[in-house]
Amino acid sequence: MDPIILFFLLGLIAALLRSELRLPPAIYEFLSVLLLLTIGLKGGVELATQPMSTLLPQMAAVIVMGFLLPLFSFPLLLKLGRFKRADAASLAAHYGSVSVGTFAVAVAYLGHQQIEYESHMPLFVVLLEVPAIIVGIILAKGITRETNWKALAHETFLGKSIVLLLGGLLIGWAVGPSGVEPLSGLFFNTFKGVLALFLLEMGLITAQHVSSLRKYGIPLILFGLGLPLASACIGALLGSFLDLSVGGTTILATLAASASYIAVPAAIRTAVPEANPALSLAASLGITFPFNVLVGIPLYHKLALQISGTPL
Amino acid sequence: MTETIQPKLVVIITESVIETTLLTDLENLGVKGFTITDVRGRGHRGNRAGDWGIDGNIRVEIVCSEKLSRQILAFLEQKYYDNYAMITYCSNVSVIRPEKFLG
Repeated sequence: MDPIILFFLLGLIAALLRSELRLPPAIYEFLSVLLLLTIGLKGGVELATQPMSTLLPQMAAVIVMGFLLPLFSFPLLLKLGRFKRADAASLAAHYGSVSVGTFAVAVAYLGHQQIEYESHMPLFVVLLEVPAIIVGIILAKGITRETNWKALAHETFLGKSIVLLLGGLLIGWAVGPSGVEPLSGLFFNTFKGVLALFLLEMGLITAQHVSSLRKYGIPLILFGLGLPLASACIGALLGSFLDLSVGGTTILATLAASASYIAVPAAIRTAVPEANPALSLAASLGITFPFNVLVGIPLYHKLALQISGTPL
Repeated sequence: MTETIQPKLVVIITESVIETTLLTDLENLGVKGFTITDVRGRGHRGNRAGDWGIDGNIRVEIVCSEKLSRQILAFLEQKYYDNYAMITYCSNVSVIRPEKFLG
């Protein structure tokens, strides 16, 4: 097992046993900033070496997936799950968007298993972050004259995770591999250590949301496990359709399966105040994040192998 | 000697996620200055641990005239109380340079 997963379990168990352990909020913020910039920089450097003609069709397909995922889950949440409209839309937005933490764990998993993947994957993280937020807000509110598009655009495109990911991507793209080299001490060499600490804190946070799950009952737990599995299949099929490697397909499946817990909650909280934020976070952080980190990613790897026809 | 007017201290404790919109609203109401701190606590919307982004609370303090304090409280109750974790309270305070706050 990858040691970083053990850090996640340490945080989870410590918090479930009510340990006093807490990382200062500023440290957690700093770790997030480092992770987001590192992922952005890595993607940007690769972007500089790739021809746009192969990237553009892939980018377009991934954006389309970002818009379709919430449209696929919303009716299920509304009809099968019987969630209120605002809550169903909020959940659809959370699950349509991506979790950078889960992406980082998938990258570390592939590295640990020595599996190659297309290195422009961070670009897909950026592309998948936003569409679901827009769809979720429209699903909740409809398109009315009251919709404040300017505030909405500000909220979605200038959220801190987008700014850092996109900023890192642009910097990496502008300066290229040799330009980023002097920064590698902080950003690239420490990646696993930063991720381990980040996952320790995620374990602590997850435990808080696990304990709130009892309030929402079985349907939420079923959706928290079912939606990522269904979305992973969509992501894996798209990956194979785009001719991505097994590693690349694994990552795209993981991205589709992951649920946001930073960008979407913040945007939905302001744009759809009537949606219950604790419900979406309980699903996204209490069920889906630990599921993906502990079970999902190896599973999506097997799925990618199956789809690509490589013998297990 | 001019009649002195009692300045008020308005305190708002709410979710840090709405800080930007809240400050725009306060500015539109005519609030000229305020102090914000990050805080944590517990209420009927659960434990607001302040560990990370969306879970955090802020405490906004405003010293102003009684008239403005009433406007602020009425506005906040109407716009935010239904959907957001928010409490507000108001008290009399003594200040140096009252004219700075009552203008």
